[in-house]
Amino acid sequence: MTSRLLKLSAAALLGSVLFASAPAFAEAVLHRGNAGEPQTLDQAQTSINIEAFILKDLYEGLTIYDAAGKIIPGAAESWTVSEDGVTYTFKLRENAKWSDGTPVTAQDFEFSFKRVEDPKTAAKYANILYPIKNAEAINNGKAEIATLGVKAVDDKTFQITLERPTPFFLELLAHQTALPVSKASVEKNGADFVKPGVMVSNGAFKLVSHVPNDSLVVTKNENHWDAANTKLDKVIFYPIDDQAASVRRFEAKEMDLVFNFSADQIERLRGAYKDQVHVSPTLATYYYAFDGAQAPYDDVRVRQALSMAVDRDFLAKEIYSGSQIPAYSLVPPGMASYGEPSKADFATLSQLDREDKALELMKEAGYGEGGKPLEIEIRYNTNPNHERVATAVADMWKNTFNAKVTMTNLDVSSHYAYLQEGGKFNVARAGWVADYADAENFLALNLSTNKTFNYGKYNNPEFDALMQKSYAEENPEARSKLLHEAEALLSRDQPVAPLLTQADLWLVSNRVSGWKDNAANEHLSRFLSVSE
Amino acid sequence: MLAFVLRRLASAVPTLFIVVTISFFLMRFAPGGPFNLERPLPPATMENIMRTYQLDQPLWRQYVTYISNAVQGDFGPSYIYKDNTVAELIGKGLPYSMELGFFALLLALVGGVTLGTIAALRQNSVLDFSIMSLATVGTTIPNFVVGPVLTLIFAIVFSLLPAGGWGDGSFRYLLLPMIALALPQLAVFARLTRGSMIEALHADHIRTARAYGLPPRIVVITHAMRGALLPVVSYLAPCAAALMTGSAVVETIFTIPGIGRYFVLGALNRDYTLVMGTVVLIAIFVIVFNLVVDLIYGLLDPRVRHD
Repeated sequence: MTSRLLKLSAAALLGSVLFASAPAFAEAVLHRGNAGEPQTLDQAQTSINIEAFILKDLYEGLTIYDAAGKIIPGAAESWTVSEDGVTYTFKLRENAKWSDGTPVTAQDFEFSFKRVEDPKTAAKYANILYPIKNAEAINNGKAEIATLGVKAVDDKTFQITLERPTPFFLELLAHQTALPVSKASVEKNGADFVKPGVMVSNGAFKLVSHVPNDSLVVTKNENHWDAANTKLDKVIFYPIDDQAASVRRFEAKEMDLVFNFSADQIERLRGAYKDQVHVSPTLATYYYAFDGAQAPYDDVRVRQALSMAVDRDFLAKEIYSGSQIPAYSLVPPGMASYGEPSKADFATLSQLDREDKALELMKEAGYGEGGKPLEIEIRYNTNPNHERVATAVADMWKNTFNAKVTMTNLDVSSHYAYLQEGGKFNVARAGWVADYADAENFLALNLSTNKTFNYGKYNNPEFDALMQKSYAEENPEARSKLLHEAEALLSRDQPVAPLLTQADLWLVSNRVSGWKDNAANEHLSRFLSVSE
Repeated sequence: MLAFVLRRLASAVPTLFIVVTISFFLMRFAPGGPFNLERPLPPATMENIMRTYQLDQPLWRQYVTYISNAVQGDFGPSYIYKDNTVAELIGKGLPYSMELGFFALLLALVGGVTLGTIAALRQNSVLDFSIMSLATVGTTIPNFVVGPVLTLIFAIVFSLLPAGGWGDGSFRYLLLPMIALALPQLAVFARLTRGSMIEALHADHIRTARAYGLPPRIVVITHAMRGALLPVVSYLAPCAAALMTGSAVVETIFTIPGIGRYFVLGALNRDYTLVMGTVVLIAIFVIVFNLVVDLIYGLLDPRVRHD
């Protein structure tokens, strides 16, 4: 009896020791490389994708992107749109809660949207919400904040009135600028509402700690309405701006995901890591702008000829190792609402035929061999890849037209400041990444009224008129047709020469499941899981 | 000596003032600004931002505001890392840089002086040539090569050490960045020590000490070393200031959350306040270390004692 008791208690003791030494459940942690230090975690101040990845894990907008990059309901479970397309009524989820357990209300959204448009907030992406009635006027200090077209009808009903029908409005609502803040938290904590220990968020995760340039840790938000389906317990974002360093940390198995790495590593990494290397075409265009206010770039034939003579396949394959795709239209493919873009007609020709045609056009214009000498300066922002592209293009123009090509590079701030302020140039590199998945976002760059982004000073009343018509058009198909017509003009006139459609490069460890490549480059951690 | 220290600290004030003034205007003369991005902002938005950060005011007024705030210890908000003030960013990052820099300095100093002394004692031997060749290699191979090579060997191939990050701050995480940071300085210390040690060993008082029959170890360590260390000590000040204010290259390669990158990133992003903050910090480090070194100098060399 005594010995049995002894044995029993010994067994119980051993059991409890064993139980204590092994954690009941291993924590599911995703180590997420994030290509740089976020400049802010304030939805009114954010402007870059590495912030969006974090913010969209922390907060949930009215609409969100699913794993495949498709718009689905987020904090709003449903919505209705009025006949005239200007009034959206959102029904918020009954069980949508902030991480402190308080309900997410329509008043929070009303407060958040007004905060973004308040000129005192100085929000970088205030223009994302400009389709909302009076937003632009308020942001420019020409109207009262109270007049913004947003209204909390009751705690769970949020109504937005737009200036005009905006077919891509649900996309805009998924932008990180449209994420809600907790009215109570911002009113109480002011600018400190973004800090760990203070932040109250309504997304699948909540902020735990943030050491700049080291790590940003978020853990599962048990108060999130869909917490049962969030498989990760913790996500650690590593803000590594050095691409080579993040690849090394992936190779040392310290990272599960790496966003962006040097294209010249693709082949080596594919050899070593096979399908863990993802090259995903994205809604971004790499282009060269011609200064249409300068001779000879005011001559459409010169622009066409120069554009045609660029061998885009070479750029994509040799310089970007297949990480970018040759582009013949400013609007990238993969835009669901737009379909196939209106490409330049020379896209169908072989490169040799393009060069022949380019020579003819250049001759007609009176430049190049036998004509006036062609001296071209290519400006680009300092970056090894941009330099290689410029060198290759310079070589193509030298070979085709016997042109004298020089190159000038400035750091990114100076380069864009120069173009933005209307500086004179010959040819300049630029890039555009979609703010929302709609062709208008790219085409509007070339409106004559667009003083900032229209670097080449393109001025075509016909183009402007088509764009204006598209803004008033409510029928999606008719609108898409108008936009295609407008793009056809760009493709003909080549105020800019689209060169490449960019791709996002990701390393996705075999540990990770739930990953789907998508052109919107949206990858919420709540749809991912990890295995040991 | 106290008077000397106080005098030196007092003379640091105008130095700092000049440094701050020059860097303030140099930064502003660079084209572009903190809010000229690859994606330019709409003019109205830009106006809101410029007003918020008082960048729309005349330059002289911005300068006066900056100086009067800085005197009160307020170095302003970072224009780029908006959730933080410059003081917060530097306060968070500096301990990492200083810890890493301190260990790297220790390694460089102890390793360099030891190797340099050995080389000097075995002048023109195979050992001397090997050490000096290594030192040449150490100074010529940049740490952006050494760093990745170390990671490749120790983290990726053999999986012995982490490839980067600060982790829990244990020595495992420090080792590789410390070596990468120390190596070029270690080589400099070795060369300096060797040269001055050879010179010291030929000095009259060393010959006398030897003639007295003192053991060689005593001759080298107590008598020769003292003179030989003078050039090493004068190099110590800029070296310590450089190592302890963080290296942009090493911190970037090993993803260390120090302040080394802020100077470079701040300058590239036109984050005026952040650059000014790091400039002031580096200037203070240089001034303080120079002072410390001058005091050490006095201890080693009676001729320059500060009474």
